[in-house]
Amino acid sequence: MNIFVCIKQVPDTETKIRIKGDKSGIETNDVKWIVSPYDEFAIEEALRAKAFLKTGTVTVVTVGPDRAVEALRTGLAMGADTAVHVRWETSCNVSIAKAVAEVVKKENGSVIFSGKQAIDDDQGVVFAYTAELLNWPSTSTVSKVEFGTDGKSVTVEKEVDGSARHKIAMNTPCVIAMTKGINAPRYASLPGIMAAKKKTVKVYSPSDLGLSDSPLLKDFDYELPPERKAGIKLSGEIPAQVAELVKRLREEAKVI
Amino acid sequence: MKVFVVAEHKDGKLKRVSAEVVAEFGRQGQEVTALVLGSGDLNAITGDLAKAGASKIIVLEHADLKDYSTEGYANAAHAYLSSQGAEVIASGGQGKDFMPRLAAKFGVGVANDCTSFGLASGKLTVRRPVFAGKCSKSVEFLKSPAMFTLRPNVVSSEGKTAAGTVERVAATPGAIRTKVAEVIASAAKKVELTEADIIISGGRSLKSADNFKILHECAAVVGAAVGASRAAVDAGYAPHAMQVGQTGKTVSPKLYIACGISGAIQHLAGMRTSKVIVAINKDAEAPIFQKADYGIVGDLFEVVPLLTAELKKLKG
Repeated sequence: MNIFVCIKQVPDTETKIRIKGDKSGIETNDVKWIVSPYDEFAIEEALRAKAFLKTGTVTVVTVGPDRAVEALRTGLAMGADTAVHVRWETSCNVSIAKAVAEVVKKENGSVIFSGKQAIDDDQGVVFAYTAELLNWPSTSTVSKVEFGTDGKSVTVEKEVDGSARHKIAMNTPCVIAMTKGINAPRYASLPGIMAAKKKTVKVYSPSDLGLSDSPLLKDFDYELPPERKAGIKLSGEIPAQVAELVKRLREEAKVI
Repeated sequence: MKVFVVAEHKDGKLKRVSAEVVAEFGRQGQEVTALVLGSGDLNAITGDLAKAGASKIIVLEHADLKDYSTEGYANAAHAYLSSQGAEVIASGGQGKDFMPRLAAKFGVGVANDCTSFGLASGKLTVRRPVFAGKCSKSVEFLKSPAMFTLRPNVVSSEGKTAAGTVERVAATPGAIRTKVAEVIASAAKKVELTEADIIISGGRSLKSADNFKILHECAAVVGAAVGASRAAVDAGYAPHAMQVGQTGKTVSPKLYIACGISGAIQHLAGMRTSKVIVAINKDAEAPIFQKADYGIVGDLFEVVPLLTAELKKLKG
């Protein structure tokens, strides 16, 4: 079983976002880059699946500029066997999905893991689009993965809006996108980091995969949200404050 | 323009977000054809779509569409829409799940979780948050059909009633390769966070999972959903499904009550579009007060039960 983990390098969650002067995107100088947290769950889950199946390989794959190789190194340090870097600075998630699909075809992937969305663009498009391009089934917001011992079938638990979870059975090949709570990703150990330096990162260009960038969406006019102004702090004894709050929520704000 | 809205429904009822999408197109003077995928009695759903302003409703019927599935929706919607000359295909929250697969079938892009959209001179432009709302951007579609999903709760669901002529069509959902083997419902029927009008959230100051019950008690009085900060989730006081913030859910309720939440950047990102924010915190210097419309500096264990009692009086 060749498990491909599709990951994205994103700005750290504590990043204060600044917009470029022409509003065409965000400033990326001084940004601390990390592996998107949901993708870390996917890497961890892939390593656990390989351990359970006692066979196969875990490959981390990313589509991004030169710096994205650091995300792959993180995956390798956690324990992935190999990595694939499609060196392509594209903002189009459909291009990324096409690249991932081509890589997985070329490298004989048998299952794709990923996060349910990257925490920069919040779209959750790439894994599902890739699944459709490969004509594989897919399930997202997965909080549990259990493979059959032969690796041919897999049962996942999907978090559904509201309060329910669905237990869903699929056969491989398939795409599984993880949500938080599925596991606690391991930290890369020092030997892991050393070993990662010796592991191969295979590099593809878009043309190696027969692709060229033809964006389907045009992004523009990036803006910071209007600052919320601080309102009022109530004063007085706590019970009086609470009564005042409820009165204001009802009469002034009209929200209850 | 030829606009189609793929409706979402659950337990025989239309999800409010679908009415929101239809009503918003109506307000912009755009006729909408709604698609309902399912089987059996769907009259309550088609009725509500007409009320929201759908001029035409296509019911795509098939036994395999009785329950939602990603592939079933993508396959059946594509099979029908591919011959309809659709220029815009829109959906609501659940659309985030099947719309990317539908977009791949059309070979187009999709913008998920938009907070507004507008039609001008035959072109659709959407606005959507990125970085969980730390900033936002506009998106245009370079290839037709333009596809997007609207975030719940960002526009009104009150539309002008339209004809809502229902046409029933046999659907072709194709092979659905994901089988729901079991539905694991949690003990309590809860209000979904992203669709709630009121949210009461707790932070690490709640000190234990058990203490969240004071929030649940308060929430029950006003039909609110209960949320949690990342700190509370990471401490194991609440499940991840309740997390509000950049690695959790982004919400826009009418009222957001933050209890014992300091207001980290990643949390504010997830709730800053709430209409009214109330902060309850012992620490008068907590950053959350800078974003709150109303603040009470006090111990949540004292304030919340008083709030519950006060709301009970109000609700009689």
